[in-house]
Amino acid sequence: MIPTSRTLDVDAIRKDFPVLGRILPNGKPLVYLDNAATSQKPKQVLDALTAYYELHNANVHRGVHTLAEEATALYEGARDAVASFINAPSRDEVVFTKNASESLNLVANMLGWAEEPYKVDADSEIVITEMEHHSNIVPWQLLAQRTGAKLKWFGLTDDGRLDLSHIDEIITEKTKVVSFVLVSNILGTVNPVEAIVRRAQDVGALVVIDASQAAPHMVLDVQALEADFVAFTGHKMLAPTGIGVLWGRQELLEDLPPFLGGGEMIETVSMQSSTYAPAPHKFEAGTPPIAQAVGLGAAIEYLNGVGMDAIAAHEHRITEYALSRLAEVPDLRVIGPTTAEDRAAAISFTLGDIHPHDVGQVLDEQGIAVRVGHHCARPVCLRYGIPATTRASFYLYSTEAEVDALIDGLHHVRAFFG
Amino acid sequence: MKLDSMYQDIILDHYKHPHGRGLRDGDAEVHHVNPTCGDEITLRVKLDGNVLTDVSYEGQGCSISQASASVLNDLLVGKELGEAQQIQEAFLELMQSKGQLEGDEEVLEDAIAFAGVSKYPARVKCALLSWMAWKDATAQALAGAPVKESA
Repeated sequence: MIPTSRTLDVDAIRKDFPVLGRILPNGKPLVYLDNAATSQKPKQVLDALTAYYELHNANVHRGVHTLAEEATALYEGARDAVASFINAPSRDEVVFTKNASESLNLVANMLGWAEEPYKVDADSEIVITEMEHHSNIVPWQLLAQRTGAKLKWFGLTDDGRLDLSHIDEIITEKTKVVSFVLVSNILGTVNPVEAIVRRAQDVGALVVIDASQAAPHMVLDVQALEADFVAFTGHKMLAPTGIGVLWGRQELLEDLPPFLGGGEMIETVSMQSSTYAPAPHKFEAGTPPIAQAVGLGAAIEYLNGVGMDAIAAHEHRITEYALSRLAEVPDLRVIGPTTAEDRAAAISFTLGDIHPHDVGQVLDEQGIAVRVGHHCARPVCLRYGIPATTRASFYLYSTEAEVDALIDGLHHVRAFFG
Repeated sequence: MKLDSMYQDIILDHYKHPHGRGLRDGDAEVHHVNPTCGDEITLRVKLDGNVLTDVSYEGQGCSISQASASVLNDLLVGKELGEAQQIQEAFLELMQSKGQLEGDEEVLEDAIAFAGVSKYPARVKCALLSWMAWKDATAQALAGAPVKESA
């Protein structure tokens, strides 16, 4: 299913992304290095969206007319594409949401309203990590506040990795759920899933994995991860905004209660009570983001065509090159692992005392788009004693020439504020 | 280069050599943050009757936010409250002008250098951080709020 070790033709790929040819208002060609925030979209995805609206637009799972059936087939076809992409045992384990935040909030709310043995209550502990995106912190803080459960977390080592040295004290018999990020959006760290899953399974805790920064960049196999839930979002992997995924093990999706109620998620409704549709529809109340799901299906087809292993290998090369070139810039400190091992292609750094906002502004003037700030991972900035970072993040269409442009830009920033 | 309209020499000078920085005695203290970028300021105001005798501050953030606090200190310290409030309102109007106003140099002095910043929506909040903190602290001082211990 997955092609072996193909190389990737970056020039050909770039031609598929109209925006990458853009000349900015200041006359500079776009150098897009903000892929961890969102990816650009290839014309194959844009064409799928247009075709959906021009030819097939209808609401799904209702109506017997031709367009309704076509729209339903396209929407459910996207679910098949996702299931295959993540090696899910069943298509019914793929729940469409609007983004990864919604997926994670959905799990937290399922567990908040669940019966035993899943119920999170005042005797329970919830475990996360210090490198989570706010979307994998706040839902658990809310759940802890509402149930009285205790929130615990893994700290970080100085080189930007999880400190698992106290794993047996952090994950205990009281732990009901362990939720952690597979790839950090700010540090770029690829986390050691197996060690955490092993301990969680030993104590009978559920495992939730935030794969938002993993799904776009590497082979994602939910069976190999041995997690209970995996969340990710479409827009970081060439799809439109407004479509996310929650994969969950089938028996959990069957046992756990719905969160949002409404159309589509029911079996029968009376004024007194309702029964619910089987998963995944139980968790998809209301008209779903249909075109966006179709776009995600097209994005997956595109990614499969290139090959996720080839994309991962390309990004690994770019990451190695970028780290080696960043090391040449005086006063530059990488926040996160400084080698490409167990590391993805999002690289955060500080540049002397120059505030990231100023770094980003001067880079923008040269056409270079980076992200500045705390990247929705403020605890990481606190951990490393910095107010914010500048982050360059790469994808399948990124080139060494773009890395070179970044380095030249950073030298210019230093000269400007020197 | 367009950037020069944002990063005027006056702004870079204030950034590199801030005026009045450091926390001193005050009648009220506030801590304001810009959550999108992590700029932070702790600011105290000291009043003597109707006169603003000191604005002291500590903060971290980009050149725009830090220079703006320095300019604020220059402009407002020693002024009567009514005049200080007029200057604050003039600066607010300039920053909300999306590059349409040049600012009255008689009133705003060095602060007119921020006119270019008003063209960058993401940076307007940086420029306004200390000014909003000052407005808040002054209101608290007038209400007789006790000064907080600095962290």
